[in-house]
Formats: sequence, C-alpha cells, structure tokens
Amino acid sequence: MSIEISHVSKRFGDFVALDDVSVSIPTGQLTALLGPSGGGKSTLLRIIAGLERAEEGRVEIEGVDATDLPPQKRNVGFVFQHYAAFKHLSVRRNVAFGLEIRHRPKPEIRARVEELLALVHLEQFADRLPSQLSGGQRQRMALARALAVEPTVLLLDEPFGALDANVRKELRDWLRRLHDEVRVTTVFVTHDQEEALEVADEIVVINDGRVEQVGTPDDLYDRPANDFVMRFLGPVTRLGGRLVRPHDLRVTPGAGDAGSVAGRVTRIVRVGFEVRIEVTGEDQVVTVNMPRSELLALGLELNAQVSVHEVSRSAVHSGRT
Amino acid sequence: MARVVRARRRPGTYGLRLLVLAYLFLLVAWPLYLVGRNAFANGIEDLVSILEDPDTVHALGLTVQVALASVAINTVFGVGIALLLVRYRFPGKRVLNALLDLPLSVSPVVVGLALMLVYNGRTGWFGPALERAGFTVIFSGPGIVMATVFVALPLVIREVVPVLQEIGDEQEQAARSLGASAAQTFFRVTLPAIKWGVVYGVVLCLARSLGEFGAVKVVSGNVLGSTRTATLVVEEKYLNFDRGGAYATAFLLALVAVAVIVAVIVIRPSRSGSKESR
Repeated sequence: MSIEISHVSKRFGDFVALDDVSVSIPTGQLTALLGPSGGGKSTLLRIIAGLERAEEGRVEIEGVDATDLPPQKRNVGFVFQHYAAFKHLSVRRNVAFGLEIRHRPKPEIRARVEELLALVHLEQFADRLPSQLSGGQRQRMALARALAVEPTVLLLDEPFGALDANVRKELRDWLRRLHDEVRVTTVFVTHDQEEALEVADEIVVINDGRVEQVGTPDDLYDRPANDFVMRFLGPVTRLGGRLVRPHDLRVTPGAGDAGSVAGRVTRIVRVGFEVRIEVTGEDQVVTVNMPRSELLALGLELNAQVSVHEVSRSAVHSGRT
Repeated sequence: MARVVRARRRPGTYGLRLLVLAYLFLLVAWPLYLVGRNAFANGIEDLVSILEDPDTVHALGLTVQVALASVAINTVFGVGIALLLVRYRFPGKRVLNALLDLPLSVSPVVVGLALMLVYNGRTGWFGPALERAGFTVIFSGPGIVMATVFVALPLVIREVVPVLQEIGDEQEQAARSLGASAAQTFFRVTLPAIKWGVVYGVVLCLARSLGEFGAVKVVSGNVLGSTRTATLVVEEKYLNFDRGGAYATAFLLALVAVAVIVAVIVIRPSRSGSKESR
C-alpha cells in the first residue's frame, strides 16, 4: 500500500473535520476522495501532503512514517483548486521550480521541463506568464509543476472545481489518460460523483469526518454500504420502504403483483433521450426513469393506472437485450 | 476586473474637480512651490553656501544615514511583523495590531520624551546600565535612529499587510510541497509577490524618516556638527533669520522625498497590469 492512514483525527476549534479515519491507498492507482463539501476530504488530503497536521494518528507514505515530516520532505506533488501559480514566473520557470530548488544541473532541468510541457500540451506557452493562460491551461501547468519533482504521490484538491463544465469534462478525460501514461499514485478530492465514477480506480467516500465506504466505482454504485452512499452516488427514489435507483424500476399498466406499488402517473418529463415519470401511489411518489422508446411502447399517458416494481440487475440486462 | 466607470460629465463634475484641484493647490502645491522659489531667491547662492558649510553638510549626511538605517530596520521588521499578522494566529494579535498604529497617533514629541525616560544616561530606566556598558543612546546616533524608527514603524507594515492578504498562502504552500524550505519560499515566492508593497512602504518610510523633527529634536540634543539633523538645521537657520539657508535646506529635504516617490510611480507597473485574475 502506498499511503497508509491510521486513526487520523483533526478538529478546527469545535468543528470535527476528521474523526478517527483509517484508509489505505493503493500504489499506482487513481483514487478519489469523494464527499459533500465540509466533509473532511480536503483536510485529509492536506494532512497527507503535510500542509495540515493531524492531532492524532499516523500517515505513512511508501513505507516511510511521514507524520512528523514537513511538506518539503514528503516528496508529494500537490495541485490546488485555484492553481496556486507563481504569478511572477513564466510557465517554464513555474514547472522548473521544484528542480531549481533541488539544484539539478541546468541542462537536465531544461530537458525535463520540455518533456513535461509536451506532456501537458503547453510547449508553445512556455514563455508566457500564468496570467496569460486560461484556467484549464493554468491547471495543466500546475500539474506539470507537481510532476516535475517525480513525486511519490500526486495529490489534487478539487483540481477541476474552478473550471467551467466543458473544460472540466475535457481535463477529466485527459487526467485519466495522463495517469495511464505516468502511473504515479494519485489521489484527488472531488464532490462531483460523476467525476469520481468516471475517472477513479478506487473511491473513498467521506462524510462528516468519517469514511463511509471504500471500493471500486462498480462496488459503490451497485453495492452501496448505506443509504448515504446510495444517495450520494446517483439519483434515488423510494419504493415501498427501500431506496432504489429510478432506472432500475419498471412500470406496467394496470395493477401489479405483490411487491409492486400501484399508483397513477402524475407527471411525465422528457430529459433528452430519457423520460422521468412520477407515479403517485397511496402514500408515496415514486420516480421512474426510462428511455423514451419504452414510454412510447407502453403507451403511458397522464393519469394512467400503473404499478411499479424493481427489476434485479440481471433481469434488466436480459430484458433489454 | 473592475473597470472604472466613467461618470457622465455634467457641470457638477467639473465643479467638483475644480474644488479638489483648488484644495490640493492651496494646501500642497503652492506652499511647496514657494519653498522652492524662496530657496532660489538669490539664484543658487543659498544652495551653494549651505553646501559649503561643513556643519550643514554634516547635518545632511547624518539625516541620510539615520534615514537609511531606520528604513533598513523598519523594512526587515515591517515585513516580518506583516507576515506574523497575516499568516499566523496567536493570542494578543488584535492588541498587537492596535499597538502598531500607535506611532502614527502619538505626537513625535511625546515619543522623544518617552525615549528619554527610558534611555536617558543619568536618570533613565535603562540608560545608566547601557551607559556603563559603553553604549550611549540619548544625545547620540542610536537615539536619533530609535526615534526615527519609532515614528515610521507602521508604514511598511500597513503597505505589506493588504498585499499579503490578497495573494493568499496557496503559492507558499505550493512552494513548500515542491521542496522549498521556509527561507527559499520567502525569497523565491513571497518576496517577489509583495515586492511593490515593500517598495512603496520603503519609500513612505524614507520620506517620513528624512523629515522627522519633533522626536529627534528631543533625543538628539541638537549639538551642532554632531547630532544636529537637517530638519533641525532648517529650524535653527529660520530662527536665526538665515531665511535663505533655511529654505535651501528645506528644498533639499523636499526634493529627495518627492524624487523618490516620483521614481517609484514611474517604474511601478500599472495597477491593471500587476493585478491578475486568479
């Protein structure tokens, strides 16, 4: 295991940011710390980097006890949400910063910086100042700067949080490809479950200063440990007494059998290729998602009497092929 | 970026502008101009005569030395205290913050008297001990520097604090995570970022130090050719009806201060260029 966090606690005044957190982060993987704002995930990342000190617990990086090491001795790369670019230095000097600090020979620095600028597609911007770059370009520069020192682990704190939606999606794909290329152990913090599900090999869900669940995106999505993880990772609706995903539900006209909920269609909303239907039963409103074609095949209309039941995953699969 | 919105030019706008210009003219520009004119009332004769008078030259030299020493001290401590105030949390911070403005609100004469009470060689609280150790403060160079440092204390701090607050500490954290020590972080990242705040603080501090009168008058003893500074020369000459010499010396003092401020305005990059969006 690359990063071993054991029994870490941290409070800010009365606020408990982390409460006895223990996590193992595997080597060479892309791990997401996912959770709502204020849940403690950024604090955990900053404790790994040494930018914040844990009150209790230990942090081990690649077998070295880093609990009492200052940030500059941990050999971690850190990327900030707001880039933290050195505004008075050119892109090239920003990327070279860590190498200059380490007094590497000039030709070596030059070669390494060229290599990294090519990796992040910023070769032609090498002599610009950060203020002359777009947000996405600045963040790529920050990433190259962090990678320059060949860190043991790369830590990214909401790296795409300050970017607009299109650039965010683009950089997300790019980060995944970059990681497949560079293979450095990477941990990134995000509150966007889609981002985590799409990019990460492994996800650590953190809420209220505690770890709710650790697992692969499939694990978390299909086998959430509790209602919180279920709700946080995707849309949910209540069917009878259980939380279910709206797209795991089926609607059949007329009254259903045991285990289904009968009701009246009270709302049909089209969202692109999908349709969201609300079925109002005796004591609850169930939301169902289905492809538009299915709606047309069923011939559902407002006020139709229907029943809703959940299909098991395998049934959904065979039913649609 | 906030762009200055140009107000519609109505007659009232011009009236307001005229008022401001007249105010500045009557309060600052015209009196200063008159000092210059009086300094050259007899051509360059007065200027030449003060520059040939060894005592006046000594006073000018002393003023420059004292100003440079106190600027150096105030810059180092000013940047240090600004970092302390912005980057750290500690008990008593608000009290310290309030105390730092004290030198601006207390009359310099009071500062001089206070220093006398502490460092006076015969009856002072701390002075006799220092004197026995062979270190004279009052009526000598160290006392003049201390008085000047005291009155100009907040200037660097008040220029640097807002700049430090604006840049935030993420750049510093990034430098640390890239392997920089505290000193490397300061010299490579923090100092370049606050450079213009420091320069402006230094200029204000220099101008204030060159012109200090009240506190220095009390602690220096005003000994001709020894502890008499340029501002004291101006007063002395004025009281002795050497108006020409007084104006000439005053002109030199004002010239240095104005020249430094103008130099900074000229070389400082325009505000819009130096402030980048994050």
